[in-house]
Amino acid sequence: MSALADDTDDESLGSALRRSTLLRHGVFFVALAAVLLVATYLVSPFHDYEIAGVAIYTIAAAGLTVLTGANGQISLGHGALMMIGAYTTSVLLQWRPGLPMIVTLLGAVVSTGLAGSIIGVAGARLRGPYLAGATLALAVALPQIPLHFAGVFGGNQGLNVASPTAPAALGADFPNERWLAWLCLAAALVTLFLLANLLSSSVGRRLRTVRDNEVAARLAGVDVARTQVLAFVISAVCAGLAGALFAYWVSITSPTGFTLTLSLQLLTAVVIGGLGSLTGAVWGSIILIYLPVLTGDLASNLSLSSDVANNVPLAIYGVVLVVAMLVFPRGLQGALVSLARQLARVIRMRGTVLPAVPSAPEQ
Amino acid sequence: MAISVKATLAPLAYVTSSGVLALTAAALEVGDVSVRFGGVVALDGVSLTVDRHEIVGIIGPNGAGKTTLFNAVCRLIAPAGGTISYAGRSLLREKASRLPHLGIARTLQGLGLWPTLTVLENVIAGSPQRTRLFADMLASPASDTRAQTTEGHAMSALGELGIADRARVYPGSLPHGVQKRVVIARALTAQPSLLLLDEPASGLSSAEVEELIVLLRELRTRMGIALVEHHVDMVMAVSDRVTVLNLGRVIASGTPAEIRANTDVSTAYLGQPVAHA
Repeated sequence: MSALADDTDDESLGSALRRSTLLRHGVFFVALAAVLLVATYLVSPFHDYEIAGVAIYTIAAAGLTVLTGANGQISLGHGALMMIGAYTTSVLLQWRPGLPMIVTLLGAVVSTGLAGSIIGVAGARLRGPYLAGATLALAVALPQIPLHFAGVFGGNQGLNVASPTAPAALGADFPNERWLAWLCLAAALVTLFLLANLLSSSVGRRLRTVRDNEVAARLAGVDVARTQVLAFVISAVCAGLAGALFAYWVSITSPTGFTLTLSLQLLTAVVIGGLGSLTGAVWGSIILIYLPVLTGDLASNLSLSSDVANNVPLAIYGVVLVVAMLVFPRGLQGALVSLARQLARVIRMRGTVLPAVPSAPEQ
Repeated sequence: MAISVKATLAPLAYVTSSGVLALTAAALEVGDVSVRFGGVVALDGVSLTVDRHEIVGIIGPNGAGKTTLFNAVCRLIAPAGGTISYAGRSLLREKASRLPHLGIARTLQGLGLWPTLTVLENVIAGSPQRTRLFADMLASPASDTRAQTTEGHAMSALGELGIADRARVYPGSLPHGVQKRVVIARALTAQPSLLLLDEPASGLSSAEVEELIVLLRELRTRMGIALVEHHVDMVMAVSDRVTVLNLGRVIASGTPAEIRANTDVSTAYLGQPVAHA
């Protein structure tokens, strides 16, 4: 009531942030972009390359978060959708080598969006394990197609993709890896921004009503099938964008890059990170990239035979999944959130100890 | 959005048909509806009307077909025969998800709340909204404004049920009686013209039932209500008309007094307690 001028200013800023989703998410993502920009300068080009990988997996995992986390549809076929995006990009570049990246990315988004709507319409009739089975079939079958149409898709050899080179304006010794990291991070931040807006909006709420109780959702005016197709398309588009960037990242698009393992890795990344949380998708993607790096170092330090060393990352990945699910049933993000709550409670308790009267111990 | 749909669409049918008689025109008309599950006849030639500003109680023993009747009206199951119309418009070609847009709201027997949504979100999601994918993705200011409007409606629905202070918690943490209120608030947020309540009194204390009766009488001034309920005394206290189902058939229909006096009903279902109640 007896407000100082400063206080009211703070309040109006605070309430503006509370009212405007655009402002709130915009400020957060611009700040995050600035931090990441600095970070790419601080690390070596090799680590920039790894950061690009995290960004790519984050895009696909964020899409899967919308589908599996928010809408409750399980997909074991997102590796296949990434493959559609990667091949769209690679075939477009084969046809016109100088095509700007934005065009090939849009091409990948359109083609996976189409594929996603077809799978989504079929998937809207399937539930739980049946949907998982159908998408699993996709993940297994799709990598066979480039082998049969080797003329277009390059068969087993795959198609080469020239990795993007940094514009001359950035200086002659600007590493291409850093430029690639910028492009991938930009795509990831835009994707996360759009999905964060979506999940906090009425569409996001509707996705969750379908996951929680379909009958109640229908009675509340939600067209369940349409909502499920929508979730599938959004998620497929993300996978397609990730796939297109993946093609630039690994410089070659071949069927061996998109095996069932990729689909499973994406799903486990989303689960380990924290199902339904976009931040969780980021944690999961970091694990996807850095766990093999760490375990690879470990294996070489122990000087194991190459047969064993090659399989150590996979084995440790499995162990991490099991342990993570036992220790953090709500994923890393869930664990971090409850840790933060406990810390906040401890700090509040410290504050209330001073008055000596243990009144109102806010639960 | 939803308000304007009802305010213009549903009442218009009455007003244009015949001025004063508008209020007596049946809003929901169920005519000779039959439902079969395989060889089992769940509903057999059931007819029923629910007018605006009227509470119609539907009672009957377990398996009588009360919830099946609601499911048929809500298009969750397809009847084998008969007609179902609302405000003169056949519902048989509508999807279940269209009904809220036509002004029909329904509660579910087993609460049916969304556990991972807060009470407020549950109630907000109770009113149908158009999908505005790109506006929502870009977080347009219009999207925020719409969200604030629907939140306002939801808060007033929660306020009407006296649970506005529970808006930010998850329904699972609330006592059963409060969850039942959330269910009704969710049905009311779209401001329906017809409310189908499936066992609203189950699990409530007698004090809570009394409060529910007061609420239903208040709601009757704004909408028609069909009430499926096992709590016979409550149905008799609050209903204008009562329909009794047994084994999928209507065995009696009339005012609560007529139903109490009906010997078929008392032998088939009500038994002695009501006779001297």
